[in-house]
Amino acid sequence: MTAVTQTPAAPGPLALGLRQGRLEVKQFARSREAVVFTMAFPAIMIVIFASIFSGEIGGGVNFTQYFITGMIATGLLSVGFQSLAIQIPAERDRGVLKRLRGTPMPKWVYFAGKIIMVLIVGVVETAILLAVSALFFDLDLPSTAARWLTFLWVALLGISACTLLGIAFSSVARTARSAPAVVTPVALILQFISGVFFVFTSLPSWMQHVAAIFPLKWMCQGLRSVFLPDSFASQEPGGTWELGKVALILGAWCVIGLILCITTFRWTTKRDG
Amino acid sequence: MSVMTQEEPAIAVSGLRKAYGDNVAVAGVDLEVRRGEVFALLGPNGAGKTTTVEILEGYRHRDGGTVSVLGADPEHADRAWRARVGIVLQGTGEFDDLTVGEVVHHFAQFYPSPDDPAAVIARVGLANKARARTHTLSGGQKRRLDVALGIVGRPELLFLDEPTTGFDPEARREFWDLIRDLSAAGTTIVLTTHYLEEAEALAHRLAVIADGSLVAVSTPQALGDRQNAAATVSWRTAEGTVERKETSTPTALVAEIAAGYGGEVPGLTVTRPTLEDVYLTMIGHR
Repeated sequence: MTAVTQTPAAPGPLALGLRQGRLEVKQFARSREAVVFTMAFPAIMIVIFASIFSGEIGGGVNFTQYFITGMIATGLLSVGFQSLAIQIPAERDRGVLKRLRGTPMPKWVYFAGKIIMVLIVGVVETAILLAVSALFFDLDLPSTAARWLTFLWVALLGISACTLLGIAFSSVARTARSAPAVVTPVALILQFISGVFFVFTSLPSWMQHVAAIFPLKWMCQGLRSVFLPDSFASQEPGGTWELGKVALILGAWCVIGLILCITTFRWTTKRDG
Repeated sequence: MSVMTQEEPAIAVSGLRKAYGDNVAVAGVDLEVRRGEVFALLGPNGAGKTTTVEILEGYRHRDGGTVSVLGADPEHADRAWRARVGIVLQGTGEFDDLTVGEVVHHFAQFYPSPDDPAAVIARVGLANKARARTHTLSGGQKRRLDVALGIVGRPELLFLDEPTTGFDPEARREFWDLIRDLSAAGTTIVLTTHYLEEAEALAHRLAVIADGSLVAVSTPQALGDRQNAAATVSWRTAEGTVERKETSTPTALVAEIAAGYGGEVPGLTVTRPTLEDVYLTMIGHR
């Protein structure tokens, strides 16, 4: 086969997915408010928390070391769950999804684009958070390769669950305008009951049980095993870090999210019939 | 390229029905669109145009009837079918922070043998806006972008749902030229519109739809038997009043009147019902 026309060969499926991701990142980078708030919000929160709780939580560990886990988790929640559950209804209302659906684009390419965007934004945002905390608030970064590995899989599994649930949840809001009102309370309540703003074990036990159903609590717990000394494990509800359970429950939420995405995702608005 | 024979219609619809709750949007439509023709679906708002077209595009489920578009049922259309069909939806798509060039390039890569994106952008008259963010475009320019996205995959069959809404007269003429070019190149085109002059200018055949049913399928010239309809001859009499007569033989009548005047007849007009007259009668507004 020789190229006789100007038309380039149609890109393969993998290239399509990557290009969709590049387009999503480009779009994200161009909306300045989204960039500033998504990237800086967790860092600003840690500045506030570290300034209010400047003492020690006990055992020579400062509060920053504890709250960083909640801030990392909540950052991933906001990038994966909140932003997608708000952004996708907007794209649906603007007719972008309907137009994509009318092309030969494989459906998964759209989701791949979102996932790539979320991963890149999540990495950058977490890196900023860690850098600010380490430079200004004496955060001790994980000291062993094993801890970095735990960090990696907990963050990856957590952001995957959040992303899939964010795409699934995008079908709940009927319009772009109602999306923030539907999504924000869910995220906020989860943050309060999952130990992002408080020491988890200081919460009422019924609240702890409710939180244990959802992924955010397990993301925080997994991250605590990365940033706190092993001696703190005994203070967890289960008396250990329960990393097996962390993996299992986050994995289960990934599966649930994926099934919901496949079965309930809407490319058109309600009034489109 | 196509597996279909020339004789097979591009679109064949029979007994198409669709209701939203108690509201019947399409009440038993039969339709055939031949390969290579420009077919206009004409009707007032709410007549069922968009519902019909979106069923043909594979966006909506139907309640009854059979539908074949390029030999396939659009409800179960695959990617290969999508690659042969271009769609310009009603309303405009909003791509916000992306540029015109980026959006057209991006859509082009979904198709197996797309047109050159830059050429398509020029074709719809957006060459000087290629680097503009789409949210800065005017309504008419956004509509042109939609048209670009509909044709960038070089479709065999192109659906246009009220494509020229928001166009100024000049833009509409340019768009008509584009449609004629596409048609000359062999593209089958299905167009919905409520602009009569658009249907008259572009369509080989048109269907008038009202309350979910087809009330006529015809060429624009022959719609409602317009060519053979009675003509109205009017002229001014010596007393200064206007005389008006309906006749099926206007030429003979004019000759008779002219003989009476022995020359020019003052204020002479001979009219047949316009497309608009016929159309308004059909959709029950007259």
